[in-house]
Amino acid sequence: MSRQQANKLAVGVLTVVAAIVVIPILLVIVYVVWQGLPALSWAFLTEAPRNGMKEGGIMPALLGTILLTLGTAIVSFPLSIATAIYLAEYAGDNRLTRWIRMAIVNLAGIPSIVYGLFGLGAFVLFMGFGTSILAGSLTLGIMTMPVVISTAEEAILAVPQQFRTVSLSLGASRWQTIRYQVLPHALPGIITGIILGLGRAAGETAPILFTVAAFYVPELPRSIFDQTMALPYHLYVISTQVPGMPLQIQYGAALVLLLIVLSFTLVATLVRTQMRRRREW
Amino acid sequence: MSDAFLSVRNLYFTYDDGIEALHNVTLDIYRNELFVLFGPARAGKSTLLRLCNRLSDLSEHTERQGAITLNGKDIFAADINISALRRRVSMVFAIPTPLPGSIHANLVYGLKLAGIRDKGELERRVERSLRQAALWDEVKDRLDTSALALSGGQRQRLCLARSLALEPEIILLDNPTSGLDPISTATVEESLYELKQRYTIIMVPHSVQQAARVADRAAFLLNGELIEVGRAERMFVHPQDQRTEDYITGRFG
Repeated sequence: MSRQQANKLAVGVLTVVAAIVVIPILLVIVYVVWQGLPALSWAFLTEAPRNGMKEGGIMPALLGTILLTLGTAIVSFPLSIATAIYLAEYAGDNRLTRWIRMAIVNLAGIPSIVYGLFGLGAFVLFMGFGTSILAGSLTLGIMTMPVVISTAEEAILAVPQQFRTVSLSLGASRWQTIRYQVLPHALPGIITGIILGLGRAAGETAPILFTVAAFYVPELPRSIFDQTMALPYHLYVISTQVPGMPLQIQYGAALVLLLIVLSFTLVATLVRTQMRRRREW
Repeated sequence: MSDAFLSVRNLYFTYDDGIEALHNVTLDIYRNELFVLFGPARAGKSTLLRLCNRLSDLSEHTERQGAITLNGKDIFAADINISALRRRVSMVFAIPTPLPGSIHANLVYGLKLAGIRDKGELERRVERSLRQAALWDEVKDRLDTSALALSGGQRQRLCLARSLALEPEIILLDNPTSGLDPISTATVEESLYELKQRYTIIMVPHSVQQAARVADRAAFLLNGELIEVGRAERMFVHPQDQRTEDYITGRFG
């Protein structure tokens, strides 16, 4: 086999392998869109479920997911970014930081149901928040922390070292250097991590199962100590727990959830490309 | 000659990897002189320069002994304000690194951090430092454009201007003409004559020839040791140490 033939063969094989990875994802999306699109309407998004959830819309679940995503953001980001700054800029290489890093790596690999059970034990029962938006947000927030910390730390470390040296040499303190020369340039990467983390939080079922999600509540939550419906759990309920559920509503809810999660990824990508384009170095 | 402005006493400095960069270095630098530190690679020139405003603090796990005093005050004393020290003893790096942002933003960055808020004062310093660095005429109409769009020679002069804007007492120049064409090099060398009227300059030169052209006094370093120090017109013509002579005449290095 000549070198050119070998090259062609390699390209061919790699293309096929790549396609095998992409095709199932596309099929899932196409199928859910095809099945769910007829159900989508303004009423579907803005009405509560009726008649044992067999009619009506998904508004309480949609709102619940939005609230939980916000709550996750509020819990996760200050902590994650502070941790990333500490690890990247302040912490040396010692036993403590090695333990912290190991904890983060391991946290990223923990199954989400374990986070759910932890949330139940720690926030719902021990701290007495009950099954509530607060408990759910804390659980989801902790779950998203590893990925946000890792991406933020990477983004911070990617800022050229010379910028720090120059800034310090001009009389900036360490924090001023981080504030003015590191964080602004690390922001695209940090934001990407945040949005990807939120996308995951919006789509997870297991962590909210015991900590916040309600099977069915007719009225909307009035405080962070209330339960709420949430889209992933609602989807689980109407797919498995309600006999005679119209397929269209199930796929409609699935489509909305899919769109939310995909839009997070899309926004993350857009933010990153936009800010990379503006980057000067 | 007046009292020493910056004095280095029995200075030892060893890096993390065990390499001893400076071994028992003692020298004095006086006000308004252009002092050149020259020698082959790994002589300890840059290390000594970085010690003068404690940028050496950034190199971790190092051994340091001996003293550096600025105007009689120990710069390694616990009560020293490092930010203030770095404004008084300002470094211009070998690789000119403008910070991302406009030319103007680069120049006022250190000033704003130093607490200068007055607009008139900021503008006055921007113009004066650019003039001193011989860059004003080239950039006065585009101060708000990106500093990273400047050419290599302009970048180097911007970085010099950025230091000058702080109105330091000592300027540390680490090979300020590396990577510059001969014309830009001449521009920078010419501005050195102007600068030493106001500032004290400690410089690591690009070459022995450059050292001989610009220095008032010079120190020859070899493997972290100070071999010889003296007035430039004497040293580059009649070096006292054989090693200095060998280096100057190009027998090694």
